[in-house]
Parts: sequence; structure tokens; C-alpha cells
Amino acid sequence: MSQRIPVTELTPDFRGRAEEALADGQLRENFRVAMDSLMTKRANAFPDADEREGLRELGNRIKAGALSRLPDLLEQLEQKLTENGIKVHWAETIEEANNLVHDIIEARKGSQVVKGKSMVSEEMEMNDYLAERGIECLESDMGEYIVQLDNEKPSHIIMPAIHKNARQVSKLFHDKLGEPETEDVNQLIQIGRRTLRRKFMEADVGVSGVNFAVAETGTLLLVENEGNGRMSTTAPPVHIAVTGIEKVVPNLRDVVPLVSLLTRSALGQPITTYVNLISGPRKPDELDGPEEVHLVLLDNGRTGAFADAQMRQTLNCIRCGACMNHCPVYTRVGGHTYGEVYPGPIGKIITPHMAGLDKVPDHPSASSLCGACGEVCPVKIPIPELLQRLRQENVKDPEQPQQVKGGGAKYSRTERWIWRGWQMLNTRPALYRSFLWAATRFRALAPKKAGPWTENHSAPVPARRSLHDLAARHLDQNGGRPS
Amino acid sequence: MSARGNILGKLRDSLAGTTPRPDEFDERLVTKPWRYAPGDRIARLRSLMEAVHTEVHQCRSDNWPELVAELLNKRNLTNLLCAPAKEHGRALQAYFEATEQRVELLAYDQPVEAWKEELFWNVEASLTGTLGGIAATGTLVLWPDRHEPRLMSLVPPVHIALLKASEIHDNLYDMMVSQDWAAGLPTNVLLVSGPSKTADIEQVLAYGAHGPRELIVLVLEDA
Repeated sequence: MSQRIPVTELTPDFRGRAEEALADGQLRENFRVAMDSLMTKRANAFPDADEREGLRELGNRIKAGALSRLPDLLEQLEQKLTENGIKVHWAETIEEANNLVHDIIEARKGSQVVKGKSMVSEEMEMNDYLAERGIECLESDMGEYIVQLDNEKPSHIIMPAIHKNARQVSKLFHDKLGEPETEDVNQLIQIGRRTLRRKFMEADVGVSGVNFAVAETGTLLLVENEGNGRMSTTAPPVHIAVTGIEKVVPNLRDVVPLVSLLTRSALGQPITTYVNLISGPRKPDELDGPEEVHLVLLDNGRTGAFADAQMRQTLNCIRCGACMNHCPVYTRVGGHTYGEVYPGPIGKIITPHMAGLDKVPDHPSASSLCGACGEVCPVKIPIPELLQRLRQENVKDPEQPQQVKGGGAKYSRTERWIWRGWQMLNTRPALYRSFLWAATRFRALAPKKAGPWTENHSAPVPARRSLHDLAARHLDQNGGRPS
Repeated sequence: MSARGNILGKLRDSLAGTTPRPDEFDERLVTKPWRYAPGDRIARLRSLMEAVHTEVHQCRSDNWPELVAELLNKRNLTNLLCAPAKEHGRALQAYFEATEQRVELLAYDQPVEAWKEELFWNVEASLTGTLGGIAATGTLVLWPDRHEPRLMSLVPPVHIALLKASEIHDNLYDMMVSQDWAAGLPTNVLLVSGPSKTADIEQVLAYGAHGPRELIVLVLEDA
């Protein structure tokens, strides 16, 4: 696990990783097949376009409304949860959040933790943090378990092991667990079930994420198909939920459209197998459920995104993964190329607030701006617009105050001068004409190399005569210039 | 300053001079597309649940215990966790005693810590009631309580659930609002829409990931 690369120490080498991924035929096939299938499933889950668009609009209104009074909602949530017996903690950084989690486990003298799927815990690198302190933190979602066993990071936020095929999983289980090799997916899942069942029973603490936190009732809602989330939040004596501050919604009824949007957009399912609403620890007359429930509310850059009215929209995200499923870039380069916790289009627009744009300077431009992500987003985040905004932030003068953390990393003095020159040329007709005259007469002197362009293209050579010249001559010969 | 103070402070600063957006919830969007004639609700629920490998049987309040015995015997199961303190638990117990069934009936009558090992490894099936069902998504609603605790519908490999036909609602919104859930929820509410499943390897669907491998729903048509 210590081999994993912490997100904050990424080398900005998106291009290198992309080239490797593009050359990996197996990886490309695994992603192509999976993304095609997820796109078809989503399309089938929304047969009525009017219904879909109405629901997306409602989803957007609920999330935007919640953000417009976020501090009040967080206070209401804290009050309700506290009344229900759930202890609320606040963390500005991942270090603080990890510390809080560790303290809770220490207080119970815990040594074994089982974790349901949680992207915030991935942000926190919680597994590594706890492992360094002698606490085993085991992933219990099948995909996450496979990825953890292979010392990897998830390559998709909903399907963490989507980059692997059954043969690769079989080999992994054989090497790490000593199981006989089999490519039968059912048998592979049964190996996971057996191994993890004992862990659920023995664990001192269960950790989970949160899909929606309801301020009105003090409820934590989790969706899942496997039952590992219910196991992790019910079987151990302590449950710790970790979540970002943007997951709060005002009313219980708000989860009806949001859950529908989430499961249909993510997996094409009308609903997941389990929707788990937790509103308190075990009561004195109850026979199971955790004795303690904690919620850790994490900032980690979210208040930074919130401060910018345009980038605030990134906090609408309900983590369905539809944007990556529909992204032509993600499908070809896979999740690991992004080198961060959140890959794909959504990753490109939320990572800058967490890690800084200078850590991921290539991401905003690794997009054809085809618009598919924005079209499928269930809460209508204008992802292409935000990518364009980040492209601008990327090239801002680094000596000026930055609006996005780590902005200005791609600023280039040369580029700035080139654009100034271009502007001058195009706004002064006399200068423009003399440039045209010189460029056509001395075309033989045009540079043979033009940066990365000439790596794959022949160098542009100016024409013998400019279009201006040709047009002027044409008009002269055919009845003179227009007045 | 505390983390709490800093976070709330930054959020408040960013919102300075703005007004909260009005609540624009439109209930038609989550109800209108999901309405069914009373006679169609069972069929809708049944087809959705069967599509995800749930076994659904339609029966009556006087013959379901017989069906339970049959289902258990067909699978050679030797024990069943049920709630003798509840009406359906008593009915089942009475039938099993009267017909001298060899399946042992177990009760969840002590804190989980006292019998965790046995619950996780030896209990073969469980039977619980439900608060109702949802036709739109093919869903059972469970409100676990002292007699039917949270793990009862999760840990045993086979889960049998009783659903009264009169308690099948069109959609989640209707059920939530007509029963005023927002006024007070139990510690845990579960929406269950099939047996446990995963598609994490190659997107191939496999059942029995961590929860029940089989979910059997008995719809009581006269209740």
C-alpha cells in the first residue's frame, strides 16, 4: 500500500502516462467494452427524454439551492445528527480528517477496520495513514478490494477495477490469496465473499462514505449493490462516515429525485439493491447496529471552489461517474492516466481545488470539448465551460493573485509576446499588409520546425500569393473593385 | 479558530450579499411518471424484482407458512431466523409445530455480540416482515426494530420477506410523504430491491456478493 502515489505529490506527467495507456491494447479494450456498456445502460434507464430533462433540472435546483445556504444547512445537519446521537467532526485538511478517524479508532483500541466504498477516504489516503499506525484498513467493495490487493488506485469512481479483466483478477487472487485460478466471475466473487465475511465479523470499526446527508432529519444515506456498505456500517461496534461538506441536502424528499438520478446515471439501474438510511446508533432496546456513529465533514479545498461562483458548480456533483463513461478521452486513456483520485471530466474540474492546478496542468486541455460530459451530467454541471475557465486560469500571470489554487502554471512569457504580436498584426492594416507582402515573397525562409506541431505534421508554408492579392486581382479582371 | 469555525466562516464570507435560492421542489416530476392502477402494482413490482433475480410468490395470509416450509425444504435448509414476537413469526411457529417441520426456527433475541459467530456462519435463512413496497422501482421497505434487527435481512444467505399487497405504494415519494417519514425516522431504514449483487469484475453480474444470495418475496394478496 505504501507504493501508492499520494495525490499531492503527483509529477505532472499526464502525457507520458497517456502514451503508455494508449499503447496498451488490453487496457483500451477493457475500457472500451465497459464504457460502451455503461452508456447503453444509462440510455435505456432514461427512455423518456422529457422525464430525464425534468429530473436533471430538479437535481440541479436542489443542489444549487443547498449550496446557496450551505453553512446554515451544515449547522442544521450537525444539530439534527447530534440530537440523533451521531457525533459530528469537522476537518479542514486531510491530515485533520485522518487524525480524527485515528483518534476514534484509538479510543476503542481498534486494530481492524473494514471500509465501504468511499471516494473521500481515497482523497484522504486513509488506508495508508492507518496502516502506518498499525491499523489494518480493508476495502470491502469487491472492486476496491481487488484494487487494494494489487496496490493500485481505483481507475473509475463507481467501478474501481474496471481496468482489469477476469483473467487478471484470477491471477491476483492466486498470487495473493493462494486460491486456485479460475476465470469464472461467480467463483471469483465467492472468493471475495468468503474472505471478507470474516473481516466484517471481526472488525472493530466500519468506515463508509455518504451519498446524501439530510439536514431535516439528520440522516446519512448510502447506496450500494453488494451489501458491503450495510455490513461495514452495521456489523462493527463503531461506524465512522467520512464525507465532503457539499453532500448535504435540505429535505428528506430531496433524496427521491437525487437517488433516481444517481443510480440511473451511474449504472442504468432504476435503484441500487440497497439504499441505507442511517439516522442514529443502536438504541438501548435494539440488538444490533453500531454503538457509536461518527460523521467527519471534510473541506479539503471545497471552500476554495465555493468562493468562486462559477467553480462552485463543481460542488453539485453527486459522484455518478456518467461524465467519465461518456468521455472519449477517458475511454481511451483510462482512469490511471489522470494520476489522481477523481479521474475523467469531473476529476479535471475538482482536483485543482484539492491539489492545485499546478499539480495537474495538462488536465484542462486533455479534452476535445465535445460536450458529452455536460450533456449527461445529472445535476447539469457545465463541465466544458469550467474546463475552458481552467484553461484561462492555467495561463494567467503567476505574479498576479490567482483565483484558482495553483493557477498560472502554464504561463509562458514567449507565448504572451506571440499573442501580443498577433494582436498588433491583426489590428493594424498597414502592418498586416506589409507582413503579408513579406511572408509571401520570403516564403522559402519559413521555419522547417514549428514545435510539437511538426512532430506529426509537415511545416506550414505561406502561399505564393495571399488571398487578399488573389481576390484583388480577380475583382480587377471581373469588373473592378467594389466601392 | 476551530476547523468548524473556519469552514463555516469561509462559506459565509463567500455568500455575503447573496440570497438563498427558493425551494423549487416539483413533486410532479417524481410522482407523475410513476403512477399505476391499483391492480397493476403487484405486476410492476414483480417484473422489476424478478429482473434482478428475486423470487416472487403471490399467496394468501393463510397459506404462506406452508409455502415457506416448501421453499426451505426444496433448498435443504436446516434453520430459519424469524421473529416469534411478531404476528407473522407466531403464525410461522404455529404452522411449523403443527406440521412437525424439521427446520429449526431461531430467534434474534440477544445482542449481536452474544452470537455473532453463529449468526455469520450458521444461520442459513431469515424471514422478516416489511413496512411496504414500491412499485416504481421494485423495492421493499424495511424498518428494522428490536425483533427484526438490521443484520437479520443482510447476513443469512437466503432472505424471505413478507409483503402485504395493500402496502405497495406507487413510488417512494408517495410512501414517504403519506407516512410522514420526515417527522421521525428509526435508526435505520432500508430499501431492498433484490439479492446482493456486483458487477465489479468485467461488468459481469454476479449475485451473492456480501449480502443474501437469494431474496424471496411473498406477496400476501389478501392483506
